Amino acid sequence: MSVAVAKHGEVKHNYLNAGDTVLSWLLTTDHKRIAVLYLVSVTLFFAVGGLLALLIRLELLTPQGDLMTSENYNRVFTMHGVVMIFLFLIPAIPAVLGNFLVPLMVGARDLAFPRLNLASWYVYMAGGLIATWAMVNGGVDTGWTFYPPYSSSYSTSQVTLTIIGAFLIGFSSIFTGINFIVTIHKMRAPGLTWFRLPLFIWAHYATSVIIVLGTPVVAITLLLVAVERVFRLGIFDPALGGDPILFQHLFWFYSHPAVYIMILPAMGVISEVVACFSRKRVFGYHFVAFSSVAIAVIGFLVWGHHMFTTGQSVYAGMVFSLLSFLVAVPSAVKVFNWTATMYKGHIEFRAPMLYVMGFLGLFVIGGLTGLFLASLATDIHLQDTYFVVAHFHYIMVGGTIFGYLAGLHFWWPKMTGRMYPEGIAKLAALIIFAGFNLTFLPQFVLGYLGMPRRYHWYPEEWQMLHVMSSAGTALLGIGYILPVFYLLWSLRNGALAGPNPWGATGLEWKTDSPPITHNFEETPIVTEEPYAYENHHQQEEVASGTGASTAEA
Amino acid sequence: MKGVALLPDTASTFAQQVDLLFWFLTAVTVFFTLLIAGLVLYFAVRYRRGSTASRAGAKETDLRLEIGWSMIPLTVGLIVFVWAAKLYADAYGPPPDNALEVFVIGKQWMWHLQHPNGIRENNELHIPAGRPVKLTMISQDVIHSFFVPAFRIKRDVLPGRYNTVWFTPTKPGKYHLFCAEYCGTQHSRMIGWVYVMEPAEYEKWLASGGEARPGAVASGSGTMAGISTASLVQAGEQLYKQLRCNACHGATDGQRGPSHYGLFGKKVKLRDGTVVVADEAYLRESILRPLAKVVDGYEPIMPSYEGLLNEERTLQLIAYIKSLKKPVQTAEVKP
Repeated sequence: MSVAVAKHGEVKHNYLNAGDTVLSWLLTTDHKRIAVLYLVSVTLFFAVGGLLALLIRLELLTPQGDLMTSENYNRVFTMHGVVMIFLFLIPAIPAVLGNFLVPLMVGARDLAFPRLNLASWYVYMAGGLIATWAMVNGGVDTGWTFYPPYSSSYSTSQVTLTIIGAFLIGFSSIFTGINFIVTIHKMRAPGLTWFRLPLFIWAHYATSVIIVLGTPVVAITLLLVAVERVFRLGIFDPALGGDPILFQHLFWFYSHPAVYIMILPAMGVISEVVACFSRKRVFGYHFVAFSSVAIAVIGFLVWGHHMFTTGQSVYAGMVFSLLSFLVAVPSAVKVFNWTATMYKGHIEFRAPMLYVMGFLGLFVIGGLTGLFLASLATDIHLQDTYFVVAHFHYIMVGGTIFGYLAGLHFWWPKMTGRMYPEGIAKLAALIIFAGFNLTFLPQFVLGYLGMPRRYHWYPEEWQMLHVMSSAGTALLGIGYILPVFYLLWSLRNGALAGPNPWGATGLEWKTDSPPITHNFEETPIVTEEPYAYENHHQQEEVASGTGASTAEA
Repeated sequence: MKGVALLPDTASTFAQQVDLLFWFLTAVTVFFTLLIAGLVLYFAVRYRRGSTASRAGAKETDLRLEIGWSMIPLTVGLIVFVWAAKLYADAYGPPPDNALEVFVIGKQWMWHLQHPNGIRENNELHIPAGRPVKLTMISQDVIHSFFVPAFRIKRDVLPGRYNTVWFTPTKPGKYHLFCAEYCGTQHSRMIGWVYVMEPAEYEKWLASGGEARPGAVASGSGTMAGISTASLVQAGEQLYKQLRCNACHGATDGQRGPSHYGLFGKKVKLRDGTVVVADEAYLRESILRPLAKVVDGYEPIMPSYEGLLNEERTLQLIAYIKSLKKPVQTAEVKP
């Protein structure tokens, strides 16, 4: 690992060189080291989920199911969903970037409960390994949604084991959520009032509230499926006296807010990056902050829009549809505010900013195509088709992964003390943008044509669109692999970052890169608004090895 | 690669209405995507670091703008909501009285369809153009979903509960039928065809007992020729007598059970005082779980027929009960 070198040349202490034994990592309670543990873990699971996606797209090159059996195809798309959602998208930004940055941004030494934080990683790993074990030993074929009675009474795959894995992973996010809520309430530095908090913190606060309130519901629901499966206790299967629609209500009560668990942290990243590279305060700070809260609250009341075709009453459908249109408003407000932030800014085209610009375009498409699904009449046609698949990938990849990559590049110098190579990082961002659109734009058309999701075979007339989509996946794969290489390369060979290579505001930039174990030499005192870029002397030359910023007030 | 489809067939009245909304939403999406992308790119170039464009008067917030860009998406959303809700209420609401009734049973991994006159089809549905069709659907195992893209119609097919949907086909032709809810290994093979026929051709098809099938595919699917073409009602009547339902349910309300004559569609008062409508779901529940809803004035003495009747026979019984009208010829009823 890299070691930051101070200007005088002596090796400075930081969290990375604070101990180099394996045990010093496995038993660490330092939020920054736990973030690194999470970074390695989620990256590995992302690779697994990505390979499974590649298998899906290879199979769908031809209309016939000829690469693998239907049994295996069903397992592959199920595990792609389970791994990506539970093991990557939900933890990625909170557990990696949030873990690293929440204490730094609020000026604290660590999270409120450091040992709980370490426990969350162990529980996550236990859940992840159990899910992996289930995958290797027969896999699971229910779809990530685990709908009974298929999951509880008909599937012969490893449903129970996978559910236990997902149950455990749920607890790891609850631990993280509790930690963030308490830290943000109780450990802010002197002078750091609520409206001086970076929007990254507001977003993580809203996310944590959803996690703590929603996750127990899905954990219990999945456990009930396992109970029905193992003990044949009738809960959801009508043959046993249960109600399969009850499951869908309980499942989506969490799993719709889970979409916001995945996207809100990315929105937090976007706010930080767009302000820094526009050299402006985020436009409409209060509106962006409260829109996160609004999303968290209204997001809990829209779950029924996943069930418009189930036989739910027409009036229930109307209420859920109306609320779904309402929840779109705060997201739209955010997008307009970020765009307005760029107006009359001083925009610098760094890789994180390219991801932000990509995010704005893709998230708008993802959000607006959501209106097709909130709208009752069009949802009847589009529900359970590739239109839905394309829509949520625009949110999950175009939104969450673009936000994650923006954040990873933006704070990489802070986490490692080294700069990533800018040219190739920009190239990777462009490849990912192109590959993503080529993969998922054709899927909107497929969905409108009527291509149902989770189909192993499909009618021949849809092959061309599937081939385009698969070609896009190849490009996307290249785009994802590049950062793995250049980021690893930068650990030894990247230019030294210095404390504040971007000339950014925010407490995390006022300490060394990488930060010392206790984050700050002395507790910082906050005396100004967030994103006070206009108050600061503009630093034009940045990030060139010795270009450590002196932007601190 | 055979052919390239970019637009789906439009073959029902609902499809035409949904498409109008779909293209309106598409226009909204394209407009706002281009607006945001255009602004982002324009700002990025004009206000790039080092450009000489004036930054004077840059604001940190503007209440009028915030209200404006909250109200615009809200207004568009509300318009779409009302428009879509109206169509949805029509599509999932009660069908017109002249609707042709077809029963659908979904099972891993095939569609089984029964016409009122006794014709049974697997993975194929023949219907006339221009007349509303009402489907009453149930699953024998897991959740399925009946989806005909050309009609823009989809409805989940649940175990243990009837779901209905109706549509009016407009254009003769052959259209995809899919299962849209993941139902296990052969989910993507749980497919079939809907044949919309000219009314005259449909009559011929009916008269031939489902033999005259233009463009039908062979092997594994199609009308089950040779099977008794006794109508659903006739089959139900036979079953009704065989199970001795008429022992307790006579032409008039009896000592042990209420009459079924003229029952369908009427309101029924239950022992607990609630009032329910005697629809298919109520009849099904009362046959399989008689104690769930006991009619006011009667003792809970009816035995359950759960396990004795499969979904197909339950449908036959219901079809027969639906056919029993008042006033009654007492001669028809034998104790």
